[in-house]
Amino acid sequence: MNMRAIYAIYRQEMARTRRTLLQSIVSPVISTALYFVVFGAAIGSRIKEIDGISYGAFIVPGLIMLSLLTQSISNAAFGIYFPKFVGTIYELLAAPISYLEIVVAFVGAAATKATILGLIILATAFLFVPLRIEHPFVMLVFLVLTAVTFSLFGFIIGIWADNFEKLQLVPLLVVTPLTFLGGSFYSIDMLPPFWRTVTLFNPVVYLVSGFRWSFFGQSDVNVVISLGMTFAFLALCLGIVGWIFRTGYRLKN
Amino acid sequence: MAAMHPIISIQGVSKRYATGFEALKTVDLDIAEGEIFALLGPNGAGKTTLISIVCGIVNKSTGTVTVGGHDNVTAYRKARALIGLVPQELTTDMWETVWDTVSYSRGLFGMKPDPAHLEKVLRDLSLWEKRNDKIMTLSGGMKRRVLIAKALSHEPRVLFLDEPTAGVDVELRRDMWEMVRALKASGVTIVLTTHYIEEAEEMADRVGVISKGEIILVEEKAELMRKLGRKELAITLKEPIAAMPEALAGYNLALSPDGTTLTYAYDTQADRTGITRLLRDLDAAGIRLRDLDTRQSTLEDIFVNLVRNGR
Repeated sequence: MNMRAIYAIYRQEMARTRRTLLQSIVSPVISTALYFVVFGAAIGSRIKEIDGISYGAFIVPGLIMLSLLTQSISNAAFGIYFPKFVGTIYELLAAPISYLEIVVAFVGAAATKATILGLIILATAFLFVPLRIEHPFVMLVFLVLTAVTFSLFGFIIGIWADNFEKLQLVPLLVVTPLTFLGGSFYSIDMLPPFWRTVTLFNPVVYLVSGFRWSFFGQSDVNVVISLGMTFAFLALCLGIVGWIFRTGYRLKN
Repeated sequence: MAAMHPIISIQGVSKRYATGFEALKTVDLDIAEGEIFALLGPNGAGKTTLISIVCGIVNKSTGTVTVGGHDNVTAYRKARALIGLVPQELTTDMWETVWDTVSYSRGLFGMKPDPAHLEKVLRDLSLWEKRNDKIMTLSGGMKRRVLIAKALSHEPRVLFLDEPTAGVDVELRRDMWEMVRALKASGVTIVLTTHYIEEAEEMADRVGVISKGEIILVEEKAELMRKLGRKELAITLKEPIAAMPEALAGYNLALSPDGTTLTYAYDTQADRTGITRLLRDLDAAGIRLRDLDTRQSTLEDIFVNLVRNGR
């Protein structure tokens, strides 16, 4: 392993985060805070408790997941897309590093950034609603696992995209709807039976549900299934990344 | 260069892009350790493709490339570690500082930090004062230097310069030539591509001419110029003449429109250049001479001839 190369890329990516602090940390925190104000305080106060949890607290895990997913994807996608766009990718391709090392560095940086952001949002949540975390360790596992999985997913999008429009396409058209329909703002038990079944095909349901379990000890879906589904998606992303690098897809002519 | 010790060996390399475009036909080329090799060719001849294949940026369709004896696919880490590449386009991360970007390049090549080396590289390229500046604030010439600094940050044994002086002012071009000579003196092998003949002529030990994806000639520069070089003898006359005298009709002479200069083209490789006889016959024809001047054809003349004739 060329650890120095991994560290060099990781550091460069983290430096980019520092340079764009406002956009990468502050803006998601503000938008999440707005969700808390609107859904938690304003609307939430008129909604009855769900499974004995106040609505304000109920939406916290979903909101964190929402930011975690979008940020993981956009960080990793942009991280690898940008060198392709400006041409600095030549240096990565000509360096004595393996594809695995490139992935570890880019995905590691994107996941780090997303995890930090998730924790900041969690801290912000404490300011708005009384919260308890029953399984802090499981919560961290879900946080990191989701960040890594969706950073990998973002990395794939970044490689696939050959223009800025495509870079935005998947996050906007696929990920955001899936997240909103993934039980961030409601329990899927509240849906009619038919839609409840449909919802079970949405991978985000498992993430939100498992994550919520780590907070409140109760969830829509069994936490083991949630964890299993997350690992399955991780494995799928790893498989695609492996294929990309074997074929040099969109990287090498 | 008979007993050549190649640091780069390119054997049977070809490249056909997915579009079907054949960028390289079969290329065989050895680069000797420590030499300056100029790959000369018109735009679109395949220079950048060839370099990109050696550096691992483009996959070749056939053939093998070794760098320092290491296959650039099966032993890519060892092969690539020896190479520094300065690309043709000014591709840099605009928001980084000069110091950060060269540190990054060194790390990418797996080398432990060495601020003293980086300082030397930056000083040699007159970038030391700019080390804390963001790259976006630098001029085009300075950005070019940054790319060179990045390539030198990891102490390569072979430096590829892809069109290093394209769009660069005269001063920087001179600086760059100086730097290349200093690098050669320190034992670094240099491969540069260019379509400026002047550059190859000024710097190279050997010249390869590439045209339409084929290396049509590889020769030591001096030998090339000697072999293909034609000389012209310009004879300035004391009195202008209206027409070529009968006695000189057998020579391949050209008379200038104003009748004051005769130009005689001859091959330096021929057994007899015919100069002695020509001068005698000029004297016999009663023509008085004011001046004689010979001119060696440049690499450019040779190059244009080669590419025009296809071989």
